[in-house]
Amino acid sequence: MSARYLGQRLLQAIVTIAAIVLLNFLLFRLMPGSPERILLRNPNLSQQVVEATRARWGLDKPLIPDQLVSYIGSTLEGDLGYSFKFRGQPVTSVIADRVGPTLLLVGLGELISAIVGIAIGAYAGWRRGGLVDRVGSGVSLVLYSMPYFVIGMPLIVIFAAGLGWFPTSGMTSVGGGDRPFPDNIIDLARHLALPLATVSLGLIGQYSILMRSSIIETRSEDYITTARAKGLRDGRVLRAHAFPNAMLPMVTLIAINLGYVIGGAITAEIVFSWPGLGTLTVTALQARDYPVLQGIFLLVAVSVVVANLAADIIYGMLDPRVRR
Amino acid sequence: MTAEIRGRRQWPLPKQADPSAPLLKVENLQTHFQLGRGWVKAVDGVSFGLDDGEALGLVGESGCGKTTTALSLVRLLPSNGKIRGGSVELFGIDLVPKTDRQLDRYRWREISIVFQGAMNALNPVVQVRRQIAEPVQYRLNQSESASLKRADELLDMVGIPSRRLGAYPHELSGGMRQRAMIAMALACDPAIVIGDEPTTALDAMVQAQILVLLEQLRRDLGLSLILITHDLSVVAETCDRVLVMYAGRVAEEGPVSRVFTEPRHPYTRKLLGAFPNIRSDRRTLETIPGEPPDLVNPPAGCRFAPRCAQAMPVCSGTPPPEVSFDDGVRVACHLFGTTA
Repeated sequence: MSARYLGQRLLQAIVTIAAIVLLNFLLFRLMPGSPERILLRNPNLSQQVVEATRARWGLDKPLIPDQLVSYIGSTLEGDLGYSFKFRGQPVTSVIADRVGPTLLLVGLGELISAIVGIAIGAYAGWRRGGLVDRVGSGVSLVLYSMPYFVIGMPLIVIFAAGLGWFPTSGMTSVGGGDRPFPDNIIDLARHLALPLATVSLGLIGQYSILMRSSIIETRSEDYITTARAKGLRDGRVLRAHAFPNAMLPMVTLIAINLGYVIGGAITAEIVFSWPGLGTLTVTALQARDYPVLQGIFLLVAVSVVVANLAADIIYGMLDPRVRR
Repeated sequence: MTAEIRGRRQWPLPKQADPSAPLLKVENLQTHFQLGRGWVKAVDGVSFGLDDGEALGLVGESGCGKTTTALSLVRLLPSNGKIRGGSVELFGIDLVPKTDRQLDRYRWREISIVFQGAMNALNPVVQVRRQIAEPVQYRLNQSESASLKRADELLDMVGIPSRRLGAYPHELSGGMRQRAMIAMALACDPAIVIGDEPTTALDAMVQAQILVLLEQLRRDLGLSLILITHDLSVVAETCDRVLVMYAGRVAEEGPVSRVFTEPRHPYTRKLLGAFPNIRSDRRTLETIPGEPPDLVNPPAGCRFAPRCAQAMPVCSGTPPPEVSFDDGVRVACHLFGTTA
C-alpha cells in the first residue's frame, strides 16, 4: 500500500470527523429548551441569576464563532461537558463506564458472527443447492430479517425463564463482580451468554447471506475455471481462489458494522438490560441529557469513520489493485 | 517422431497409458447443454485425432461448438453441460467415464489451456508467478521454492523481464498477461496445449508476437497444440491441420495446405470467402446469408443446408456421410456423397 493511498484515506477521515464535530455542535444548539433552565430548574429564577449563569457558561456570546471555538477547543481537550442526569459527572466518565460492556458484547458478537457467518455462507454458496445451502440460507434469511428483540425474547423465555440456565438480565449478579477470580468471570459469562447469542445470531444471518452471494458471484469468474482446469482439488480452488476474492466486499461490511455497533445494539441491550451504550442512549434520551447524547453521537460517528478507515486499509492490503 | 517427442517428457505417462496409442483420439463426441426447453446439441458427433507435435486449428462461426469441443476433452463444462456420448482417448485412455477426481490427474498435467482473456482468467489478487507455480506445487508435488523457481524460468522463457516477476495481473499489459498465461499452461510440461482464441483480445502487433512465441515453443518443446480461433490466417500460419466446424458437427477436416487451397465443403468455401485478404480487392469479401440453426432442434439432414447455395433435395432429409479423400481431407457433404 502506498503512502499516498494511506494519506488520502487519512485526510478524508479527518475532514469527515471535522464535519461531524460541526454538525454535532449545531444539531444540539437547535434543540428546544435552554441548558440553564434545565439545570437550575426553578421557575422562580430571577433574571439576574439566569444572566449570570449564561455569562459564566459563555452562552451570552454568539453561537459562531465564540461558542463553536470553545466547543471545539474543549472537545479537543477531551472535555465533553457535564451530564444533566448524572449530576456533576463529566460526560466522558459517564460514557467510559458504558463503553466496556458494549465492546465486550458487540466485539465478541462481531468476532463470532464474522467467523461463523462467513464459513456458513462460503460453504453454502460453494455447494449451492446442497443441504447446507438450503437449510443455512433459510435460517439466515429469517435471522437477518428479525430485529434483535424478536431474537432475544424467545431466548429469555426458553433459556432464562423456562430452563433457568441463564439470568434474564444485567451484567453481574448482586455482588457477583466482587467474587474471587474464576467465579466473577463465570458470573459474567452466564450473563453474557444470551445477549451475545442474540447479537451473534442476527449478524450471522447477515454475514452468511452476503458471503453466500459473494461466493456465488466469484464462482462464475474465469479464474475459477482456470483453477479447475489446473486440476486443483475443489477445496483448494475455494480456499486459494474463490475465498480471497469473495472476502473483499465482506471486509468493508464487517468494518462498517463494527462502527455502527459501537453505538450499541440498542434493542439487544435494552432487552437484556445490558449496561452498555445502548441503554445509556435510551436513558439519556428520556432525560433529555443533551451533553451525554452529544457525547454518544460524537463517539459513534467517530467510530464509524475510524472503522471505515480501517476497512480501506485492510481492503488495500487484500486487493493489490487498490495499492497504488 | 512419436517416440522421440514422448521421450522428452519430464514426467511419467499416466499408469494406464498405452505407449503405442495415438496421443488423442476423439470419437463421435456429443456434448449437450440442458436448457428449459430441451438439450442444446452444441457438439454432436465430432471425431478427430491429434498426433504428437501436431497443431490442429479449430475454426468456425461463434457458437459452432469449437470451445465446447475443446473444453469437453477435460470436461470443464458449465454445470448444465454433459458429455452424452462418444469417447476422448488420451494415450488410449478414455477420459469420458472418469470421475472428476480421476480426471484431475489429466487436467493441466496432460492437457492445459490458454484462455482467451488473460485478465479474467488470472486471479486478480494473486501474484502471477504464484499462479504459475501453483500447478507445479500442487499437481507435481514440488516444494514451494522449486515451484517458484520453475515459474520464474517459465516467465523468462516467454519473455517476461525478471523485474516483473512479482507483478499482479493488473500490472501487466495485455500481451504480457497472455505470455504469462502461456507460461502457466506450460508449467506441468503437458502433452497438449489448447489455445482458446489466445490472441483475440490483443492488437495486431502483439497478436503476431504471441503467435511467434507459441510456434517457437511448440517446436522447442514438442508440444501438441489445439488452436481455437476465428482467424483463418492464424490457422494458416501456425497449424498443420484444420478442423472446420459448423453447428456442432465437423464440416471438413484435413491438412491446412489442402483445405485452404482447395476447400471442398460449401461452408469452408464461404468461410474462406468471408475472410478479408489484404492483397485482394475488398469488393470480393462475401458474407454467408442466414444464421446457424437452433441446436435444440437441428435440421434433420445437413445442418448447413438451409444456408447452402448448392443444397440439393437430399441435403434437407439425410445427414451427409463423412467422405475421406486421398490427400487426407475428409468432408461431410452430399456433393461428395458417392465418390471416393
